[in-house]
Amino acid sequence: MSNINLQCLLGIQCNDFVMIAADQSNSHSIMIMKDDEEKIYKISDRLVMGVIGDSGDTNQFAEYIAKNIQLYKMRNGYELGPSAAASFTRRNLAEYLRSSTPYFVNVLMGGYDKENGPELYFMDYLASSVKVPFAAHGYGGYLSLSIMDRYHKKDATETEAYDILKKCVQEVHKRLFVSLPNFQVTVVNRDGIKVLPTINSASLQ
Amino acid sequence: MARRYDTRTTIFSPEGRLYQVEYAMEAISHAGTSLGILATDGILLAAERRNTNKLLDEVFFSEKIYKLNDDMVCSVAGITSDANVLTNELRLIAQRYLLQYGESIPCEQLVSWLCDVKQAYTQYGGKRPFGVSILYMGWDKHYGYQLYQSDPSGNYGGWKATCIGNNSAAAVSSLKQEYKENETTLAEAQALAIKVLSKTLDMTKLTPEKVEMATLTRKDNKTIIRILTNTEVEKLIAEFEKTEAEAEAAKKQPAKS
Repeated sequence: MSNINLQCLLGIQCNDFVMIAADQSNSHSIMIMKDDEEKIYKISDRLVMGVIGDSGDTNQFAEYIAKNIQLYKMRNGYELGPSAAASFTRRNLAEYLRSSTPYFVNVLMGGYDKENGPELYFMDYLASSVKVPFAAHGYGGYLSLSIMDRYHKKDATETEAYDILKKCVQEVHKRLFVSLPNFQVTVVNRDGIKVLPTINSASLQ
Repeated sequence: MARRYDTRTTIFSPEGRLYQVEYAMEAISHAGTSLGILATDGILLAAERRNTNKLLDEVFFSEKIYKLNDDMVCSVAGITSDANVLTNELRLIAQRYLLQYGESIPCEQLVSWLCDVKQAYTQYGGKRPFGVSILYMGWDKHYGYQLYQSDPSGNYGGWKATCIGNNSAAAVSSLKQEYKENETTLAEAQALAIKVLSKTLDMTKLTPEKVEMATLTRKDNKTIIRILTNTEVEKLIAEFEKTEAEAEAAKKQPAKS
């Protein structure tokens, strides 16, 4: 049985930035193997991808996408924008889905576009792709979505968005039957990618 | 002696030349002329129409100017059947990119992909190169309005104004003389295109049946591609003839007095 829904990805997009949070647990069967795994991948200067799913698939898929987007930059001298990168990722996911070796991964893609500002894309392993103001993957998402819906506003600052994510993690800690102690947070804005402090029970005190 | 190196495209001659490629270029220098001019507020392609038999049914939208996708148009000079294969390939490349990335292919990438195909036909055995040169005009978000030219060898380059086909060298040199960098508007470019065509086509009078012209502009974040109607071309020709007559009269005036 897969643990794709036991993991959690959260994303918020506002006027000036897009913020992605991911839990850091790696579990096999009933056992937690690791609680400091990196699930947010830097794709290019202003593009990140949060990936959850079967371990191995997540790494392989994220690297495959990241390297192809880097290759595009080397070939053409300019970067792929977030929407083109999301289309590219979705298409790959869709093609692998219909092969004998599909990737079992859920993805949140956040990037900053020179013209259109920050963008957030929600993608699942069935290769749907939706541009959204906020999104979540996994059972933790069921608890978080209502919080994000209540508190999300377009003109929020990075601190305010970070606080919304804290509220979500607090709820995950309180209500979810799975242990997801640590959440890494990354923000993308006009200046690039920035890693924010990890959210865990200690930082929530 | 030369015949020994003529029959296969893949073989270099002792002087290090590829005859079939050179012959292809030669074929193009006899083909109908096409020219392109980059302006500040748009870009245009103009082409000479050779088949002007009045019995010819107008099956085609236009004879030598093809729309490739939402943001690009090309004009060809050379063997028409070869050109049809290449425009088909261009449209496929453009749609493949659109499918993969969800946005229009950047201009140079489309040209570059097609030139890879053209190059392959000068290297792999049993194939004859495409007897086609192409002018491409387009717009993309990276570099704005762009004009490219490619030849049968698979070489390509970006231009501000250029010409392919019959008498193209003369046209390019007169474009070089008349083109004002960064201050040519589309209207001026249209007038210039007619002027250069009338010089290079070697005809006493230019007629709208002999010329087709397409423009590419941007409005409200959308590319607008337009093929000029016969009346519009006629108007451009009339304007050209008027200014030409005035210039002629001005030249004669001081001589008289």
